[in-house]
Amino acid sequence: MGCSHSVHNETKKSEKAMKAAVLIQNWYRCYKARLELRRRQALNIFENIEYADEQDQMQLAKFFAFMLEHYVKNKSSADNLPKIFNPEPKRKSDEETIISLIEVPDTYYGPRLKFPLTFADVVLLIDAFKENQILHARYVLEVLLEAKKILQQMPNIIHISSTVSKELTICGDIHGKLDDLFLIFYKNGLPSGNNRYVFNGDFVDRGQNSMEVLMVLFSFLLVYPNDVYLNRGNHEDYLMNMRYGFTKEIMQKYKQHGAKILHLLEEVYTWLPIGTLIDKKVLVIHGGIADNTDLTVLEQMKRNRMRSVLMPPLVPAVFDPRHGHFSHELPPPAMLAMEQLTKYEWDQIVNILWSDPRSRKGCYPNTSRGGGCYFGPDVTENILTKFGLKMIIRSHECKPEGFDICHDGKIITVFSASNYYEEGSNRGAYLKLSHDTTPRFFQYQSSQITQAKTLHERVDIVENAAFRILGERMIIRKTNLIQAFRKYDPNDTGKISLSDWAKATEEVLELHLPWMSLCPRLVKTIEDGYVLYNMGFKDLPVVRAPKVAKAGMVETLVRYRSDLKIIFNIIDKDQSGLISMDEFRAMWKLFCSHYNIDIEESHVDQLAHSMDLNKDGSIDFNEFLTAFDVVHRATNKL
Amino acid sequence: MADEKDGGEAGLLELQKKIKEAFEVFDHEANDTVDVREIGTIIRSLGCCPSEGELHDLIAEVEEEEPTGYIRLEKFLPMMVKVLSERRYRPIPEDLLLQAFEVLDSAKEGFLTKEELVKYMTEEGEPFTEEEMEEMLSAALDPETNTIQYRDYLAMMVIDEN
Repeated sequence: MGCSHSVHNETKKSEKAMKAAVLIQNWYRCYKARLELRRRQALNIFENIEYADEQDQMQLAKFFAFMLEHYVKNKSSADNLPKIFNPEPKRKSDEETIISLIEVPDTYYGPRLKFPLTFADVVLLIDAFKENQILHARYVLEVLLEAKKILQQMPNIIHISSTVSKELTICGDIHGKLDDLFLIFYKNGLPSGNNRYVFNGDFVDRGQNSMEVLMVLFSFLLVYPNDVYLNRGNHEDYLMNMRYGFTKEIMQKYKQHGAKILHLLEEVYTWLPIGTLIDKKVLVIHGGIADNTDLTVLEQMKRNRMRSVLMPPLVPAVFDPRHGHFSHELPPPAMLAMEQLTKYEWDQIVNILWSDPRSRKGCYPNTSRGGGCYFGPDVTENILTKFGLKMIIRSHECKPEGFDICHDGKIITVFSASNYYEEGSNRGAYLKLSHDTTPRFFQYQSSQITQAKTLHERVDIVENAAFRILGERMIIRKTNLIQAFRKYDPNDTGKISLSDWAKATEEVLELHLPWMSLCPRLVKTIEDGYVLYNMGFKDLPVVRAPKVAKAGMVETLVRYRSDLKIIFNIIDKDQSGLISMDEFRAMWKLFCSHYNIDIEESHVDQLAHSMDLNKDGSIDFNEFLTAFDVVHRATNKL
Repeated sequence: MADEKDGGEAGLLELQKKIKEAFEVFDHEANDTVDVREIGTIIRSLGCCPSEGELHDLIAEVEEEEPTGYIRLEKFLPMMVKVLSERRYRPIPEDLLLQAFEVLDSAKEGFLTKEELVKYMTEEGEPFTEEEMEEMLSAALDPETNTIQYRDYLAMMVIDEN
């Protein structure tokens, strides 16, 4: 009893220690928060740009419709229609014969698969991919063909039951990130009869290993067709692949047989189911819903007629009895024979693949992406009630923590591609469902490089990547930007205020970002709060182009590169990589008129001639487009 | 005087703009609300250093009567303006930080062992999560000696921040 001196000292000492600890913890949390703000700002930049890009698609889709109309008006037979608008029905025996003729040379030391596939084959495949081996085209095609056969037997929406003993794992977007797929398997076990998986779309594009991801997933599908479920995502679309990297990956890895793979892939995508329904209560779909989403229609439609979001169904001509003629041009018979979904059905499926939940009530067009809707909690409530559902699990949006819950717990987003925008940008996640219990989430972040770096270094990396992309966007709109800046500088002083700079930049780039705080990071020529706008581009990346090309044309070509690539691919009937000068000129004219681009014909001719490197009247459009690019200057920064 | 008044108003506008920009980063749907779980990050990113307990109180001030899980800008802004203009929760000056490390360094050796730091940070005060601990160690730990040379660490952090 009594206060002994030493106890008193001890208490004082531990009080001091506690205070010191709190101080340090406090300081560290503040430091972390400031880094987190910068990371989020960088992510916002990425997101804004990603969605703006998706919006461009709308324009491209309209251009295709425009092109099609043009062909319809000018050509009477279907022969002149680019193949893409008039696909020939493929005969099964054709495909199998073609594939069987492909020989796998003895020198090939990659994995050799035996069909029907067994678990051992898949393990072999995974080990090979871990060693960075490439699966031979013959096996790729066989896997795709077998996968198609299995998928064709599946309904549009697969009904499964959760069981008390076995858990179901649901993964979101993977986007070619093989590391993340392997990390999930490492943490959660390989798929099997006792370990069921649903993969909710977007297996491909953007990442470097879309092909390997697809091969692993399809192989597991072949081995465990009743325990592995693959839903279609908006990137399981052959035209999207042209824009977002998978097509390029295939052509690089499979120089000889790439075209065959692309053809078969196009079809396999259309046979992927649209969704999975668990216990009749939990709907798993890639994007989201709309106010008129109708599961009955979705279950009944012929889903394989949905080829690409960029190819909506043609509106048929209508006979006008009063005037005794068709109110549209009558399309050639071949086009009418094309199997199409009705516009209503097509909209239903696009909404499923593209929509995003938002907190605002109602349902309105998804203007960021240019496809699908934004749907509010009231829409969710109505659809869930209407179809007796408990919740919807979807993917499609990158979330910093890999998952997100909204609409009062009724909408879950799960996203499985960690470091999606850049190393350190976000975590990935998957969730596990067991019978009648709430979902459990598991997070991860792949990449050994990320782990070795400090928080500060990781944030620097994401931030720098975001600024690089912004810099690219700015430089390819330099002409328009300078025009806009000049409007705020009537006396031609070469200077405008920071806030005018911000206004003009937002207008031209059509990106809503905190331009005032971004300005000093992007433009180094600021004096006393005024931006010297003419010189402001010297720290941005440079556009590389053939000397003969004029500035306006260069910017257009760089800006629309991916769209042009798609367009050229479509015109290239025999998939040779070459188009004729005439075709190029004709297409370019159409393109300019539709996109409201004002470029003199002589410039185009000059350019086309300079690009006709073989001087044989044809243009290698891949070479053509590669000649126009944005190049980053070497900087002193490490 | 006119000058002072203008200076005051301009200062207020600048402050509000700063707060709004930080808020907007976390306002994912552009509807002037943020998830309550992000408020701590927002407040700290504006240069304030409230403890976890103080943060709790600040959140209580701006929450709705019936908590919705969201905080609205119109409630957050005036609160934050007050906090910033009253210079509350000021960041900890370097020398105090150094002293804090020295207090924990009971052997007065100029460094902390990994075990010591982890013990203090995860068991005392307002304990770190495993993740926070790992993150601090990734920059603070000298892998060769398995110690935290806290003077060097602090010096590096100061440079990083600037």
